[in-house]
Amino acid sequence: MQEIYEWFRWLNEATGINLTIVYDSYDRERMIDGFVNTIYLSLVCLGFSVIIGIVGAWLQGSPLKWTRRLVNGYIQLFRNTPPLVQMYFFFFALGSLMPRVENEWGIMEPILSNWHWAILSLSFFAGSFNVEIFRSGIEAVPKATVEAAEALGYNRLQTYVYVVLPLALRVCLPALNNNLVNLVKTTTLAYAIAVPEMLYVANQIWSDSLNVPEMMTFLLFAYVLLVGLLVMVMNKWERSMRLPGFGA
Amino acid sequence: MAKRHDVYGTTDLPVLLPAAERLNRQAAAERVLGAPKLRLRAWHGLALAAVIVLWTSFVWAQADGAGNEQQESVISAIWRWLPVLLGGFVFNIAISFLSMGIGTVAGTLLGIMQISQVWPVRGSSWLVTQFFRNAPWLVLLFFCMFLLPFEFTVFGVTIPFPDWIKAVIGLALPVMANVSEIVRGAIQSIPSGQWEAAHSLAFSRWQILSQIILPQCVKRMLPPWMNLYAILTMATVLASVVGVGEVMTLTQRVLAAENRPEFLVPFYGFVMLLFFAYCYPIARTTQKLELRYAVKQ
Amino acid sequence: MPSSSNAAAARHADANWTPDQPIVAIRNVHKSFGDFEVLRGITFDVMKGDVICIIGASGSGKSTLLRCINALVPIDSGSIKVEGQEVHQPNLNTLALRKKVGMVFQQFNLFPHKTALQNIMMAPVQVLKQDKDAVRERARRLLAKVRLEGKEDAYPGELSGGQQQRVAIARSLAMNPDVMLFDEVTSALDPETVNEVLLTIRELAEEGMTCMLVTHEMGFAREVADHMYFTDRGIIVEHGPPQEFFANPKDERTKAFLGQIL
Repeated sequence: MQEIYEWFRWLNEATGINLTIVYDSYDRERMIDGFVNTIYLSLVCLGFSVIIGIVGAWLQGSPLKWTRRLVNGYIQLFRNTPPLVQMYFFFFALGSLMPRVENEWGIMEPILSNWHWAILSLSFFAGSFNVEIFRSGIEAVPKATVEAAEALGYNRLQTYVYVVLPLALRVCLPALNNNLVNLVKTTTLAYAIAVPEMLYVANQIWSDSLNVPEMMTFLLFAYVLLVGLLVMVMNKWERSMRLPGFGA
Repeated sequence: MAKRHDVYGTTDLPVLLPAAERLNRQAAAERVLGAPKLRLRAWHGLALAAVIVLWTSFVWAQADGAGNEQQESVISAIWRWLPVLLGGFVFNIAISFLSMGIGTVAGTLLGIMQISQVWPVRGSSWLVTQFFRNAPWLVLLFFCMFLLPFEFTVFGVTIPFPDWIKAVIGLALPVMANVSEIVRGAIQSIPSGQWEAAHSLAFSRWQILSQIILPQCVKRMLPPWMNLYAILTMATVLASVVGVGEVMTLTQRVLAAENRPEFLVPFYGFVMLLFFAYCYPIARTTQKLELRYAVKQ
Repeated sequence: MPSSSNAAAARHADANWTPDQPIVAIRNVHKSFGDFEVLRGITFDVMKGDVICIIGASGSGKSTLLRCINALVPIDSGSIKVEGQEVHQPNLNTLALRKKVGMVFQQFNLFPHKTALQNIMMAPVQVLKQDKDAVRERARRLLAKVRLEGKEDAYPGELSGGQQQRVAIARSLAMNPDVMLFDEVTSALDPETVNEVLLTIRELAEEGMTCMLVTHEMGFAREVADHMYFTDRGIIVEHGPPQEFFANPKDERTKAFLGQIL
């Protein structure tokens, strides 16, 4: 590894291409942290958005009119407004209403950090799409197929686990993948409320090391590769999950 | 009696219900577009307005209860700042117009290149399209903001390159990539019979494309293109993150100057209402065009 | 198979039932959907090894009756006993019932995400928890029995309607049922594939499987049935051995229906 670091140091001296994130251990660790944070943010929000989607889809089937209206209102609101405005709204407007607590150094700080707000707002953003996706997925499994499973002795839970969910997942997968790819791209917005994900960290590094072009190019390629890889894996998964003989 | 259900063929039985087809059609459309579809309804605007009004009266009542009538009401504050906010919003619209124009021209060329018979052209245009489709909008915006020069000189004339022009280019890049996919998708959706018929009439490839295929594509491309424009308009608020003085930036400055936390909700609500008022007619027209097209098909 | 004796023991949960008693005994069954009374007092017996065919106009309650027998649809009043076990009771062992009663549907209802072989294996492995290798062996034999050797790895979407329906029959047989219910199994098929499915059912009947068919294939019914039932608006109007039933119908409604169809 030491030789690689030396080569990049040499590259800086010889050409001025200053990739501190390779040879400078401090910058390197910051960048790795940023990358890990982006992945972490994406995964946590994915998890929460799936939960929101499942709960929302379930609530949408509620017999109470106002419960259904509430869920619909949530979907409409988060689908049709810019996610950046959502994040600002969560962080500044709702954040200002939250109580403050004393931290371990005796300083008063908000009960929810910028991390929490980023996770909340991104999860609700992605979740609003998941509600409709999951509902359509479950609706897409015909009652007759469920009946066939019951006639074969499956109980309710088994019917769900072995028949309804595998079929619903296949139906949902393309839409879910769109949503996931979109979510990973949207995590960059957390920059606006100072969550140290890749974009934010890159900004810190170029402010300290004055290597804007290198960092900017690195960042762009890092994201394109990350999202490109995700798209590729997802497409592959989708193809393997496609129901043979039905549709394109 | 004993008549068979002729609607069912042998293998294309409805194994999955229409909900599945709807979802998959939507997912496919959104994949081409590279963004979720906007579905604006009239009541969204009414709900936003209601939130502002309710909040305002709530703040009013509280101020009344506290007995300090000196404080300005929310409505009059919005009214006072209206010229500033509207000016900012017009700036957003201007950015969206320019980005859409540049993105559409570049994207159409890129899309046509994607169906070229010369593989290096096809391959490179595909690569460019995928590259800018996969990059987050905000990162592209940063990229242009920091890497484009603030001015450059052609034939001795120095052209300044202010931040907002950089933002226009930064937003035009993802628009270009998405338009490229829309164009490619539309061209490929035209039945191959059209090509064959035109070839047999001795049209050249370029003639077929420009005189027969593309005119047919325009109708198909219009709804996704308009939807993309609405999405772009909403994305212009991203420019506030890199410091362009558009409506979001100005709102935050106004809020900082006023320093009244209770103004947050109505001011953000007002900004959203502005965007809604602008995007709603576009979204409605898009839906109507889609419907009309779906019926004719 | 070591489990077969256990299975046989479990199957005859009602100790009083002997094979010379009706395998399915239906007594005065009523069923309404909302205001609409689909079944208005149905009574008949099916003996082991019998093949019975139920015919009647659409909406006369035939399909509902079959669904009541394996408790897919609850009944409002009356009694249905399968091998002496009451179906219409709150603490019914549904699994035991559905092991005894196999059902084949008009729309096949195969699971589209599984291959033909997997469709047959699913329930025995996942529900009955039987040994996977043994089940696979049996599933292959069943596929061969319905003349679909070589289609093990085909997905439902890649099979014709007739082939799918035969997989569905094999899937039901994999549970080793004592009674098979066929609900208009050829109605959704192309004419040219109807016969391959009927042939499979005929072979089953000849092997001594107890079969209850709801069908519109009158020629087929005449050949395979031991007993014909004609339902009209929720009651059995007429029944009898097929020769007599077709040659010499007594009730006006039966005459009208047969006249329309033949």
